[in-house]
Amino acid sequence: MKILVLMKMVPDIVEELEVAPDGKSLDLDAARPIVSESDDHALEQALLLKDRLGGSVVTLGVASRDLDDVLFTALAKGSDRAVKVEGVEQPLGTAAVAVLLAEVLPAVPGLMPVDLVVTGCQAIDDLDGLVAPFLAEKLGIPYVGVVTGVEAKAGEGRVTVLKEYAGGVRARYAVTLPAVLGIQAAEKPPRYVPVAKVRATMKTGKIETVAAPAVGIAPAVEVLRMTKPEAAGQAEMLEGDPEAVASKVAEILSARGLI
Amino acid sequence: MAGDIWVLAEHWRGNLSDITFELLVLGRELATGLGRPLRAVLLGHEAEGLAQALGAADGVLVVSDPALAEPNPEACCRALAALVDERRPEAVLVPWSNASADVLGLLAARAKLPLANFCRDVRVVDGGLEARCVLYGGKMEASVRLAGGPVVLGVLPGARAGAAARVANAPPVETASVAFPPEGRVQFEAYVEPAAGDVDLTQQDALVAVGRGMQTQDNLELAEELATALGGAVGASRPVIDQGWLPLSRQIGKSGATVKPKLYVAAGISGAPEHVEGMKNAELIIAINTDPQAPIFAVSHYGIVGDALDVLPALTAAVRAKKG
Repeated sequence: MKILVLMKMVPDIVEELEVAPDGKSLDLDAARPIVSESDDHALEQALLLKDRLGGSVVTLGVASRDLDDVLFTALAKGSDRAVKVEGVEQPLGTAAVAVLLAEVLPAVPGLMPVDLVVTGCQAIDDLDGLVAPFLAEKLGIPYVGVVTGVEAKAGEGRVTVLKEYAGGVRARYAVTLPAVLGIQAAEKPPRYVPVAKVRATMKTGKIETVAAPAVGIAPAVEVLRMTKPEAAGQAEMLEGDPEAVASKVAEILSARGLI
Repeated sequence: MAGDIWVLAEHWRGNLSDITFELLVLGRELATGLGRPLRAVLLGHEAEGLAQALGAADGVLVVSDPALAEPNPEACCRALAALVDERRPEAVLVPWSNASADVLGLLAARAKLPLANFCRDVRVVDGGLEARCVLYGGKMEASVRLAGGPVVLGVLPGARAGAAARVANAPPVETASVAFPPEGRVQFEAYVEPAAGDVDLTQQDALVAVGRGMQTQDNLELAEELATALGGAVGASRPVIDQGWLPLSRQIGKSGATVKPKLYVAAGISGAPEHVEGMKNAELIIAINTDPQAPIFAVSHYGIVGDALDVLPALTAAVRAKKG
């Protein structure tokens, strides 16, 4: 089975985020990029399928700060190829990225056709689109999202996926290949790869590059402003060292009859 | 017809979802603001009975077909895209839920419509629609203006209280037919029920919920100790479950349990919308997070800016001391 994994970088939300001077976007220079979490799970799911069925995994992303580290890590984990789309001048919205990918994939030597495209089912910056279903429609192939498991047998022309609903209930679907899957979580946590192995891969491995085609699409939604959310204002902040706040909490719980 | 406000009436395993009523309340505001009718769209098979509960809408558009008998995003998208092409509503409000998120993306792509995701609020401003969208795990909000319709709005749970849309009057029902291929590319096979967990989170008076801020699996012991002292149990946000530190039965939020305990201690949980959805109605919420900007503080009653690894043991000791 030949699997394409799409990965992208998003700001690390553990860090403080700031609005850019234009008042309409995030200050990306001030943010620390990390790989979108569900994309990391998509890579793991692809590698699990390769472990079980053989075949190959190609990891691809649109060039952005620190993406090379993620692609080399993917190679170190077992991805057979890593491809970077270069020449995109400014950060594109999700809808535009899907258009760009649909145009660029056929231009990557030896890539298409693939049996499966996997990527995260959503990212924290997906304002105006979702890459996986948008790309599926562009490619004219089926899509299932919120996937937490994929089973396949070689040569069957389909996969069986587990899709999450609410309350821990999931449903099993048979999906005709080729298909795009939006991964919520892989069957196992993303595998660990030692830093030394990533460093070694940086010396021996190669990131292929492909030029981005010009994609002229107007943004589907106009951002008027970006703001930090107004705090609901109801949290009373307890201050002091851990023992002091703990004692305050114990008083509150006691007063409410909770202890 | 053209220009209506539509709400996708989400239903699952025989029941309309709560979010359907929330969207009907929001949809009514938009319909009134634009001077348009509000229509609920019900896709299913022999699900017409559910239409009777959608009286908050001016009318219900029903597509009934065996292809829609089980939840199937591909079939739902086929039906909805065909209806949108034919009738050109001003806006389609779709729940941002696990059951409907696939339909949302597929519909926007197939019908080539602008999409705004993660809407916390939508209003009519100067005769057009503006949405407030939650980005970056709840740490930022983008206010966006949508071009004239049709547009697709993915609306988060909790955008409005749904109670006002639970009305008794039966709405006019119109049936539409859509052609489905004999064999879909995506076929529902079966539900997989959750494995019974050791603990039923929904029955606990006290929950200590842990998130990524706990850093390692070994540190969860600190939460277990506090939960034991409180006579409750430990739950978790998605990253903890995905790391395999706790079983799926301990997950709280969109894909897991919805809980309303008397006490909810959130330790090292940032408060992404997917988690908040499952715990926001707890009676007393106390959050511990190193990040003073963490969105969890916006839904908490008490907040502690600090490292859960330091605060939890102190809390356990203080609770034990108080209990004597």
